[in-house]
Amino acid sequence: MPNRRVVITGLGTINPLANNVSDTWKGLIKGESGIEKITSFDTSELPVSFAGEVKNFDANEYMGKQSARKLDRSSQLSIFATEEALKDAGLNTEERLGPNVGIVFGTGIGGIGSTEQAVRTFDERGPSRINPLAITQLMPNSSTGQVAIKFGIEGPSLTITTACAASANAVGEAKNMIKNGIVDMAIAGGTECGTTAMTIGAFSQIRALSTNNDNPQEACRPFDKDRDGFVMGEGSTVLVMESEESALERGTQIYGYVAGYGATTDAFHITAPAEGGKGAVAAMQKAIKDAGLTTNDIDYINAHGTSTLANDKNETAAIKTVFGEQAYELDVSSTKSMTGHLLGGAGAFESMVSILALKNGVIPPTINLHNPDEECDLNYTPNIATRKELSTAMSNSFGFGGHNGVLVFKKT
Amino acid sequence: MEVNEIFEKVKNLFVDQLGIDTEKVNMEAKLEEDLDIDSLGIVEVVMAFEDEFEVVIDDDELKDVKTVGQAVNLLHSKL
Repeated sequence: MPNRRVVITGLGTINPLANNVSDTWKGLIKGESGIEKITSFDTSELPVSFAGEVKNFDANEYMGKQSARKLDRSSQLSIFATEEALKDAGLNTEERLGPNVGIVFGTGIGGIGSTEQAVRTFDERGPSRINPLAITQLMPNSSTGQVAIKFGIEGPSLTITTACAASANAVGEAKNMIKNGIVDMAIAGGTECGTTAMTIGAFSQIRALSTNNDNPQEACRPFDKDRDGFVMGEGSTVLVMESEESALERGTQIYGYVAGYGATTDAFHITAPAEGGKGAVAAMQKAIKDAGLTTNDIDYINAHGTSTLANDKNETAAIKTVFGEQAYELDVSSTKSMTGHLLGGAGAFESMVSILALKNGVIPPTINLHNPDEECDLNYTPNIATRKELSTAMSNSFGFGGHNGVLVFKKT
Repeated sequence: MEVNEIFEKVKNLFVDQLGIDTEKVNMEAKLEEDLDIDSLGIVEVVMAFEDEFEVVIDDDELKDVKTVGQAVNLLHSKL
């Protein structure tokens, strides 16, 4: 039973570009930006007034007010994305998925909006007026539990909080769960709705965010010389993963294979990447080895590419260390240029992008890349999508804390 | 306050604050089975009652409250 191949059979997403997979993909290959002025709260006293927000999503309409008001927005989006993924995989969302299905979700900061609301109530009205649902909304495993309840997922569950690597780790751990025969199917995903006035303020304090308030859609410019920080994004993306035998038995579509996973820790600094991306190098090497491949086999890298000075420089150096001269022949892109940084939701979103790039033979671009940086000198697919037959793709995710999660996907 | 008046206020709280369908709310409706108010939801209901009617409700007093009618009667006894 161990060492089974793991396939992806369903995808679902809600993100700043669109509220389903098909429209998201169309936006990505057109090079659209989902970044706008923030509408959900007042930004007049904040250094940053824009983000990638999910648009046109009315939770009351989607799940009814009585259910919606019990959930943090991060869980509402998780359920929405999971429903699309399950239907895409040909599963009946009215039936319980049962004990042979696991769930692994990643999030950076869980229900931070609910945490803030509870603290405000506590300060203004005292302990007896705190929302009794506060704990169930703010705990980081809330989405994992709520999705499991909604769809009857009774196998093992994990919630991974490795910041911006969280849902890359979720996809990797789900792969191992299936590969090792613990379950035949796992729902792997990521979710984040961490854009609040407080988090914008706090990320700004460490100079992590772009302050290009005059041109929000051009603010996220990974690998560009004029990049000045990342852009907050929100959303949820979910992958239905299962053993190849399970997919063949069900006769369902196979998007591609989750072939390799590498995870390492910098153990260096809580925010800064190790010089030269040492931990990232090791994670990429482990992922390629785990897939039974060599560097020559990798065609496309969906980079972490956050648009911060430190990440893009060190990620480029790390790719060069791993691939040597071949680095210059690789197709690389950062789709964060279009979605903003989905934080704990980024790894799952970018896994989806990687698998769709393989399936469709199209590499989505890095938009806003106009002024090359001498320290970022690879082919980042600037501004326009590239049509190309691909057989393998790698997705990089690195998080505050020094967490590195790298995934390798194969078309066949 | 009359029972009818209390019921109307309770009904409005259930519908406006908790998002419960208006046609489900009647004196006989069971809180858990009919209105899907679980143990966490009961705490919300009590908070909403305390704010709306300016009363204090102890956990002990809730033990026997299983229906909307019983909740209305509890409030009636306090007003």
